[in-house]
Amino acid sequence: MTRAIAIFMAAIVCASLVALSFSGANPPTGQDWALSLAFVITSWMAAWSFSWIADLTLPENLSQFLVPALFGVGVVAAWQVYVHASHIPVVLLPAPSQIAAKFASALPTLGADFVQTILRAVIPGWLMGCGAGFLTALVCDKYDFLKRGLLPLGNLVAALPIVGVAPILVMWFGFDWPSKAAMVVVMTFFPMLINTLAGLSAAGNMERDLLNSYAANWPTTLLKLRLPAAMPFIFNALKINSTLAMIGAIVAEFFGTPIVGMGFRMSTEVGRQGLDMVWAEIAMAAMTGSFFYGCLALLERKVTFWHPSYRR
Amino acid sequence: MKIERALPLLTVTLAIIIAWYLACVPMNAVLTTNKIVTAGGGWWNTLAFSWNEIRPVLPSPHQVVREIWNTVFAVEPWSNKSLLFHLWVTLSSTLVGFVMGGLLGILLAIGIVHVGSLEKSLMPWVIASQTIPILAIAPMLIVVLGKTGLPDIFTKATISAYLCFFPVTIGMVKGLRSPDVMQQDLMRTYNASASQTLWKLRLPASLPFLFASLKVSVAIALTGAIVAELPTGAVAGIGARLLNGSYYGQTLQIWAALFVAAFAAATLVWLLGGLERSSLKRMGAHS
Repeated sequence: MTRAIAIFMAAIVCASLVALSFSGANPPTGQDWALSLAFVITSWMAAWSFSWIADLTLPENLSQFLVPALFGVGVVAAWQVYVHASHIPVVLLPAPSQIAAKFASALPTLGADFVQTILRAVIPGWLMGCGAGFLTALVCDKYDFLKRGLLPLGNLVAALPIVGVAPILVMWFGFDWPSKAAMVVVMTFFPMLINTLAGLSAAGNMERDLLNSYAANWPTTLLKLRLPAAMPFIFNALKINSTLAMIGAIVAEFFGTPIVGMGFRMSTEVGRQGLDMVWAEIAMAAMTGSFFYGCLALLERKVTFWHPSYRR
Repeated sequence: MKIERALPLLTVTLAIIIAWYLACVPMNAVLTTNKIVTAGGGWWNTLAFSWNEIRPVLPSPHQVVREIWNTVFAVEPWSNKSLLFHLWVTLSSTLVGFVMGGLLGILLAIGIVHVGSLEKSLMPWVIASQTIPILAIAPMLIVVLGKTGLPDIFTKATISAYLCFFPVTIGMVKGLRSPDVMQQDLMRTYNASASQTLWKLRLPASLPFLFASLKVSVAIALTGAIVAELPTGAVAGIGARLLNGSYYGQTLQIWAALFVAAFAAATLVWLLGGLERSSLKRMGAHS
């Protein structure tokens, strides 16, 4: 405890000393970059020791949520202090307060981009890609020949830089959202296929033998035993795909797009040096991604309540 | 490779290639219909025109192979026209980023395993860092980092490193914790220090996990480097080839770049797989 408090005090003092010694020159000098690095390290130490103290003083059930939250608050606070202390130009790094202000004032634009990118491209593409991957996995499971042919190819494709297909898809499906949705489908298909196939072979031999001795046919075994056993793998793929889907849709917008969409907004605002708008889009993307992830994690908990990682 | 493994794989690959050739006919119909009619029609003319367009909507496999041959072997490797030159530009930043990200991931994992409060405060943020579609904002970060005056290769490598560290951290935390209680107790009875336990027990035990993570990492590092080249009208690299190809409708150029990138990714993963097999063998693993 004393050690944590000592580290915290020392880190705060060092961070303030660093913050006061910025030259404020524009453009920033080499010395300023060295100071920036020192500030990042000291303020990270402060945020960490602060959450350490919280960890030691708070009861277990509270600290689980509060410790990471306090750490995050510390990071944002340090970011704000850094921007003010170092006089870093807004075109390099806007302060969190500026980003929040931009977010509030540009809500209609952000909303339009959200509809174009998330609702029209990401969600339909994610549903189609995951659905197609899942169905293909079921077909592969039924016909072993197909499985032995497709699985090595699927593993290979999963390691390839698939985002590179974006220019081809934009050429085929046009500039509007269909090409972005197609991109999402291509990106999400193979992870779903591989994970579902791995999941379908996860059920134990004992359980399979039991169903075999009941003379259960393929659909029954699938529904009662193997699909439930595959659920942790399927949810893993759904989570991976939720991030991949956002990436696919936004990257595809770099290759041609109507004048709305998150990827379009980011690339044009960077050109106009409107970094606060770029960061507002990034914040929206991060919030949407975390929201998706959270929903999936909740659903997973409901569906796979039997899994060891959720048992108490 | 055994026949019962090779046969299905070959069949599926062959089916894909045949489907690709067949798909060329309807896909390129927009460009070829008039030419086929003037040439007198017939299936032979249909195939001949559909498979040999100069700027096809869907190039046929042999066109892609020829384009790769022309840009890899038929030109000097250091000229701007050579795909090898562009591949090297992308690979160099991939590898720098891979090493940076891998080291960061291992260090974070060692910290997380040894300091309890670090796990609680850091681990949720390591996971949250991956819900940001970093690949999608990579081009912006490149522009911003470019203004700080750092060398180009370093800014691209930063993106690769950011993508790389996550699988390594997750895998290494699991791996460093994989020695069971008996083994840890043994180290305790020897009165081993934390660093001795780390070097003699935890790190060797984590190697299988490390290699599994590294194989994932190197693939996304390459993807990251390619996407990082997309903005700023990059002059060299696989990403620049893709962007140029899409601007000027050079479909063949896009496909050739894609296949070379895919080949590079597969080679990197395969090399790591070889390293994994030989090092695990030396440690006495049974394969």
